[in-house]
Amino acid sequence: MSKANLLDRRQVVSALLANRKDVVAIGGLGASTNDITAAGDHARNFYLWGGMGGAAMIGLGLALAQPKLPVLVITGDGEMLMGMGSLATIALQKPSNLSIAVLDNEAYGETGGQASHTSAAADLVGIAKACGIADARAISTLAEVEAFAKAVHDVSAGPRFANVKIDSASVERILSTRDGTYIVNRIRGDLGFQPI
Amino acid sequence: MHARTDAADTALNWPDDIFATLQRFDVRQVPYVPDAGHSRLIQRVLGSSTMRGIPLTTEEEGVALLAGAWTGGQRGVLLMQSSGVGNCINMLSLIPILRFPFLTLVTMRGEWGEFNPWQVPMGSTTQGVFELSGVKVLRASNAAEVPAVLEAAAAQAYNALTPTAVLLSQRLIGAKVFTK
Repeated sequence: MSKANLLDRRQVVSALLANRKDVVAIGGLGASTNDITAAGDHARNFYLWGGMGGAAMIGLGLALAQPKLPVLVITGDGEMLMGMGSLATIALQKPSNLSIAVLDNEAYGETGGQASHTSAAADLVGIAKACGIADARAISTLAEVEAFAKAVHDVSAGPRFANVKIDSASVERILSTRDGTYIVNRIRGDLGFQPI
Repeated sequence: MHARTDAADTALNWPDDIFATLQRFDVRQVPYVPDAGHSRLIQRVLGSSTMRGIPLTTEEEGVALLAGAWTGGQRGVLLMQSSGVGNCINMLSLIPILRFPFLTLVTMRGEWGEFNPWQVPMGSTTQGVFELSGVKVLRASNAAEVPAVLEAAAAQAYNALTPTAVLLSQRLIGAKVFTK
């Protein structure tokens, strides 16, 4: 399964968040949320532990509410496949401040490594493009990841989508808080919203 | 299309009452799956300068969208039909976990003069599905009670973070009539 020269997921996420400034980062259910945690806990991290398939739509809701803020969804191929229709919904709304990066290891790593549809048939970049997301990139080098990370800060040119081929190695689980109310209220607080 | 509104007090402007309430509660994001019963409200939303109508490919997208909207400081409401409630079940788990204000307005099928048997199973379990998922259910059965029910629903959803579904009964909307 594992192919040579594929990117390391932790390196990819570290590069995506290295110079994040005001970015709100939303993880997908599973390893991508751990990767975001491993890159460093942050008041603007949205860790997803459930609601599989919802990461991109959480990103859309947030991006529409805060159009000047860069919003970056970092999710996995399995999570993105479950919410594939959301790519069409996002393309229709054209949130210029929303970016989606899929960490594609072609497998369901959290549940035993079963092959995902991207391993043999589904092309998420093609799907995103066909849904109407013009800036949809296939990424295979760290330099391309860094260029994408820079583009995330341009809140006038999205939405953008990147499918990053990563290796399927299992890495140490770095666990974030699982308290959803805390996660949401911490982001809201950082954006200047008071508790109700 | 929606004939046979049998109640004498079923005025046609109840969607406008809903729109006015949503406006008063500063609702900004309105995800929806196209639905004949909501068509007038959807038109009002799409013509509004303060609300954004967001068509979905499936209802569960709307639950996740509203979680993100609240995180970013905006209120929203999900418009769907009873059959769409079944598409949302796992995503409804986000509501108690993230504790965001959730309001949904559901046009009912399969409960009053229904022609299509395929609408009956989900229409019959809509209220139960919501209640099992921790969402409070209010119902409007005629046009006269729509404003009060909407006011109560919006108030408890947005002020008390009490997830609420308003079922707009098929009797209110009128059973869909299929003509040859």
